[in-house]
Amino acid sequence: MRYVLGYSALDQLFEAIRRRGFRLVGPVLRDGAICYGDITSSADLPAGWTDEQDAGTYRLRRRDDGAFFGYNVGPQSVKKYLFPPSERLRPPAPEPAEKLAFIGVRACELRAIAIQDRVFVGGRHPDPRYAVRRDGAFIVAVNCGQAGRTCFCVSMDAGPRVTEGFDLALTELVADRQFLVESGTERGAEIIGELGCQPASAGQAAAADAITERTAAAMGRAMPELDLRDLLYENLDHPRWDDVAARCLACANCTMVCPTCFCFSVEDVSGLDGQNPERHRSWDSCFTVDHSYLHGGAVRTSTRSRYRQWLTHKLATWTDQFGTAGCVGCGRCITWCPAGIDITEEVAAIAAES
Amino acid sequence: MPRSPEPLLSPDTAIPPDWAEPRPWRVAGARRDTRDTVTLALTPPEPFAFLPGQFNMLSVPGIGEVPISISSDPAEGSRVLHTIRDVGAVTRALCAARPGDEIAVRGPYGTDWPLAAAAGGDLVIIAGGIGLPPLRPALYAALARRDDFGRIILLYGARTPADLLFPSELASWRARFDLDVDVTVDTAGGSWRGNVGVVPALIDRAPFDPGKATAFVVGPEIMMRFTVRALLAAGVAGDRVYLSMERNMQCAAALCGHCQLGPFLVCRDGPVFSYQSVARWLAIREL
Repeated sequence: MRYVLGYSALDQLFEAIRRRGFRLVGPVLRDGAICYGDITSSADLPAGWTDEQDAGTYRLRRRDDGAFFGYNVGPQSVKKYLFPPSERLRPPAPEPAEKLAFIGVRACELRAIAIQDRVFVGGRHPDPRYAVRRDGAFIVAVNCGQAGRTCFCVSMDAGPRVTEGFDLALTELVADRQFLVESGTERGAEIIGELGCQPASAGQAAAADAITERTAAAMGRAMPELDLRDLLYENLDHPRWDDVAARCLACANCTMVCPTCFCFSVEDVSGLDGQNPERHRSWDSCFTVDHSYLHGGAVRTSTRSRYRQWLTHKLATWTDQFGTAGCVGCGRCITWCPAGIDITEEVAAIAAES
Repeated sequence: MPRSPEPLLSPDTAIPPDWAEPRPWRVAGARRDTRDTVTLALTPPEPFAFLPGQFNMLSVPGIGEVPISISSDPAEGSRVLHTIRDVGAVTRALCAARPGDEIAVRGPYGTDWPLAAAAGGDLVIIAGGIGLPPLRPALYAALARRDDFGRIILLYGARTPADLLFPSELASWRARFDLDVDVTVDTAGGSWRGNVGVVPALIDRAPFDPGKATAFVVGPEIMMRFTVRALLAAGVAGDRVYLSMERNMQCAAALCGHCQLGPFLVCRDGPVFSYQSVARWLAIREL
């Protein structure tokens, strides 16, 4: 069941969530990109802005319709909140005082959260830091109203319409200055009731469906529809790895913007006097030599082997390790690669020449 | 195409215990084995159970944490041995530990040597260098149930005679009539009267029945490659050869991503693997 939420009621929605004790996090303009940050009202949202993305390119552009969510995904995902880039392990850091509410989360990002849930809390040694932040986080999802040139969520079966894992989901009907809102949880439904939203008409619902269908049809890219696990396992010595290694800078950008990459390194620090030792973890990347370091040297010394590790992990070995693929088709790795390397193109090239 | 994963968390999920929290263990003894290797006897705060082949995470606060195989008899849970080679900052600090010091420990982690599966046939234990300590618990466990096995054979190689670990134990093992021990070194001076050569060369003359033998192998990866090749050539089946693999490991909780070996996380799915399960991945360079 979908309901109508006018643009003017967006701040009431935020207030209803905040009243329940949540800290609001949503899209904000920062450093020439749409990032995630603290928001207090709809005035903080990037209304009237969009982004143009392609391999190695990201540019903000003005749009004249004032849409609140008229952009694709930016360089950051909610990963930076659930799994911060750096945090203290020992002595244990204090638990966060507030629960987080994420505003504007896209279908690919919801899938990424579900994938990281598997990694961080699905095994024998769940991570309590992730669990505390993740558990009970409120999620207001947004169905994508447009596809970027690096988007390929349809071919990863991860979007553009959200299907689960949200409290509330919005579809923005820009011309009507309103959203259609649906609930995925009881607490979401409670808020819809509290705001006194009217049920959407059949025509409004059809208009919202048409928006996500149009987005799905406009995907900028597609992952080849193959058994990627078989393809990659059979082609670990494919000449394409040399080809891509000649372009790859091993800069790790793709892993930093990826919403599912979870590798972290653990480091001990202390004062100059050796007192007050602490243990920290911070995001690591399989593109660094240190990632595979053993006494005597690294296992993966070449860029070829590190790119192969990253791509085969995302699309093949992840399935063996965690029972799900590690890619959601968000396209960030393509957009933010300074060399414009395109994961879908690399897979297609391996498929074409094997 | 991938299906959507099942939701994992419910609103009332309890906070899990922290995998990153070690316990303080007291150093009961520190013995210098060789020029660069020390065995620490650690006293756990409570009786500690582990399986042969498993490892602990040992740390010195402010310096770091490393995975170290347990090298003692699994029947002895109150004095747990770790044999450590000084190869970096953390292992150097561990090697410098003195009796009475505290070491932060968490574990045990990982898979164990499949002694039950090996029962009924010959057991061939093959170690290179610092590969002997992770196999020592398996040898003790096998000797504790000696009747389960046919012949038990230990093949061990080190760089030089001075690098041989546990020399007095080697002597007592060699004195047993129910254990065959063969030792070799890569290089030696004129006073050495034993074998000179690589470990795989010992396999051909070792008295086991390849049709019924199970082999446990630990050593540098290059040594394991040639050892497996020699075992297969001798007629041992690939699914009866087991290896203990080493990769960069920073959490031991299947979270940090460093110990990937193709589809495996070595801390969770290993360190002990059947050769058959990892053969295809070991064949790929820089995997």
